[in-house]
Amino acid sequence: MNDDGVDRGKRRFLTALTAGVGTVGIVFAATPFVLSMTPSARARAAGAPVDVDISKLELGQMLVVAWRGKPVYIVNRTKAMLAQLPNNTPLLLDPYSKVKSQQPPYAENIYRSRKPEILVTLGVCTHLGCAPSKVFTVGAVSGLGADWPGGFFCHCHGSKYDLSGRVFKNVPAPMNLDVPPYIYLTDTLIRVGSDKKEGAA
Amino acid sequence: MQKIIAWIDDRFPLTKVWNEHLAQYYAPKNFNFWYYFGSLALLVLVNQIVTGIFLTMNYKPDAALAFGSVQYIMYDVSWGWLIRYMHSVGASMFFIIIYLHMFRGLIYGSHKQPRELIWIFGTLIFVALMAEAFMGYLLPWGNMSYWGAQVIISLFTAIPVIGNGLAQWVRGDYVVSDATLNRFFAFHVIALPLVLVALVFVHLVALHKVGSNNPDGVEIKKKKDEKGIPLDGIPFHPYYTVKDIVGVTVFLMVFAAVIFFAPTLGGKFLEHDNFIPANILSTPLDIVPLWYFTPFYSMLRASTTDFTHGMLAIFTMLVAMLAFFTQRGFRAKFLSVAIAGVLLLGMYTLEAKLWGVILMGSSIVLIFFLPWLDRSPVKSIRYRGPLFKGAVIIFVLSFILLGYLGTKSPAAVDLFWFKNVLWAQGFTLLYLAFFVLMPWYTMIDKTKPVPERVTLK
Ligand code: HEM
Ligand code: FES
Repeated sequence: MNDDGVDRGKRRFLTALTAGVGTVGIVFAATPFVLSMTPSARARAAGAPVDVDISKLELGQMLVVAWRGKPVYIVNRTKAMLAQLPNNTPLLLDPYSKVKSQQPPYAENIYRSRKPEILVTLGVCTHLGCAPSKVFTVGAVSGLGADWPGGFFCHCHGSKYDLSGRVFKNVPAPMNLDVPPYIYLTDTLIRVGSDKKEGAA
Repeated sequence: MQKIIAWIDDRFPLTKVWNEHLAQYYAPKNFNFWYYFGSLALLVLVNQIVTGIFLTMNYKPDAALAFGSVQYIMYDVSWGWLIRYMHSVGASMFFIIIYLHMFRGLIYGSHKQPRELIWIFGTLIFVALMAEAFMGYLLPWGNMSYWGAQVIISLFTAIPVIGNGLAQWVRGDYVVSDATLNRFFAFHVIALPLVLVALVFVHLVALHKVGSNNPDGVEIKKKKDEKGIPLDGIPFHPYYTVKDIVGVTVFLMVFAAVIFFAPTLGGKFLEHDNFIPANILSTPLDIVPLWYFTPFYSMLRASTTDFTHGMLAIFTMLVAMLAFFTQRGFRAKFLSVAIAGVLLLGMYTLEAKLWGVILMGSSIVLIFFLPWLDRSPVKSIRYRGPLFKGAVIIFVLSFILLGYLGTKSPAAVDLFWFKNVLWAQGFTLLYLAFFVLMPWYTMIDKTKPVPERVTLK
């Protein structure tokens, strides 16, 4: 082939233009495929609130229910458990629940709940999403050291939370457990997943 | 026969390919034990693909049916149990082989010039293989499948701003669910196998372009006879095809023994918790990935706030020192200071969770850079000095012990004196130091003279 008299500038310009337009085309063509992987309309619509009857939940016991495919822990805390909570402050990363994303405004207290006794929290570790185990026994017998004040222990990577779901310092998890929106329909019936009384569960 | 071959050769380079890659492909004559693992990796790749196709005939990628369909394969499909165990044991074997194959590359300097691309394609294969294994492990929809996927996908949430959206995009839902299972099936049975096969192909194309290295690290192409054939080379076929058949035979004996006598290897190759269907309300008590991921998993768990801060502090200091002492010009100094600044900033703003992911990611990314981190003038460990040998021993021990610790609870004490997490932090440091300090210790290390020709010991 003879390259004499070729306008190199023009050739370069046309090559760049073709490549540029082609790239834009590929991006457009890829978009539907990429978006097809986002949660579908059905997945987005799921997640209706669930109503939980806590009348049989004894003092010091925990109930686990599923909401949006995630475990929700409901704990009926004893007086001793509640009395311990203020003492945990120095051990905790966010003792006063300052990180807004982790609870609705009505749980922004050391109990992280609407009523001090009843804790409602997601059982989803804020590290990588395991379900932490309850370890309510206090002290060395718990296997978590003599200073263990009772709470939740995540076996996956060793994160620790107290009985308000507040995360300890120096563990992999960066935030307190998520408190979902919930409301008392009656004294013993909690609606998890909604702040409002109206609407079907 | 001659006629048929001639007919084909006019239309397709059959004889040419046969000669160039087998009958007249000259490989060093001093290959040893470590050179079995490339061909074995090919064998296991084929095993995974063939058994996988037959599993797919009975498996159902549906959260409601998956667990049952695997049990159906195990109990009702004729020979289904054998096909499944060949696939699950094959996966573990694949990793054993690949780890040994990579170790061979490391000790004989096979990553060094001119084989950098073989190494990089290899590392890409390793990454693709990890993705393939991870997605495959979700398919039986056992409790460990479910929670393992939950944990690993949640790694993405550590990325600031886009993390949550990204994790949802990967799962196709707000939690690991049917949508996740279905897409992992698509990736596991078609997308990633295609990628793997393509990568293996270019891996071998690059290998045949430059030719194999050997235990002496001598380039055989430097000494050729008058016909242009390397003096230390022998034709791959029949010499090495026959040698590889020996390797295949021994491997198949081990493979069969595991399949027939210990298909789960006491929970190592298939975990006990995976014989329980996925339960979204309860994480298995000891959530551990399969053994081949545990070294990396250990590093993830080692990243507590104190540890990452301590490590970043050391790192920042090192970079700052580099800026101070470097002989290079202003640009290098400025760059070092900038890097130190970014690290310092990151240390105060990013959380430990993200650093854990960065740490685990770097442990793999560093492997890609091995060809350039290694500054030694010689390839093979046979002619390297005590520093490199020592470093390799420490590195291998750290890797194995990280793997061991990854199967244990971080808070327990399984080695001596300290909690597992402390040991894991120490070994993580050593693992990273092996790479980060490599330019330095390979440069000052003593080396022995490399012979002109390969040796046969
Ligand atoms: C599916 C996985 C893989 C297959 C099927 C495969 C296959 C092979 C084969 C057949 C050879 C030639 C025989 C031998 O030297 O043993 C080879 C060489 C090599 N492979 Fe791989 N490989 C795989 C993964 C990897 C990985 C993960 C790495 C490293 C990160 C790697 C690095 C190398 C290097 C550096 C060589 C050249 C070795 C030398 O000449 O000394 N390979 N591979
Ligand atoms: S998921 Fe709980 S500590 Fe990692």
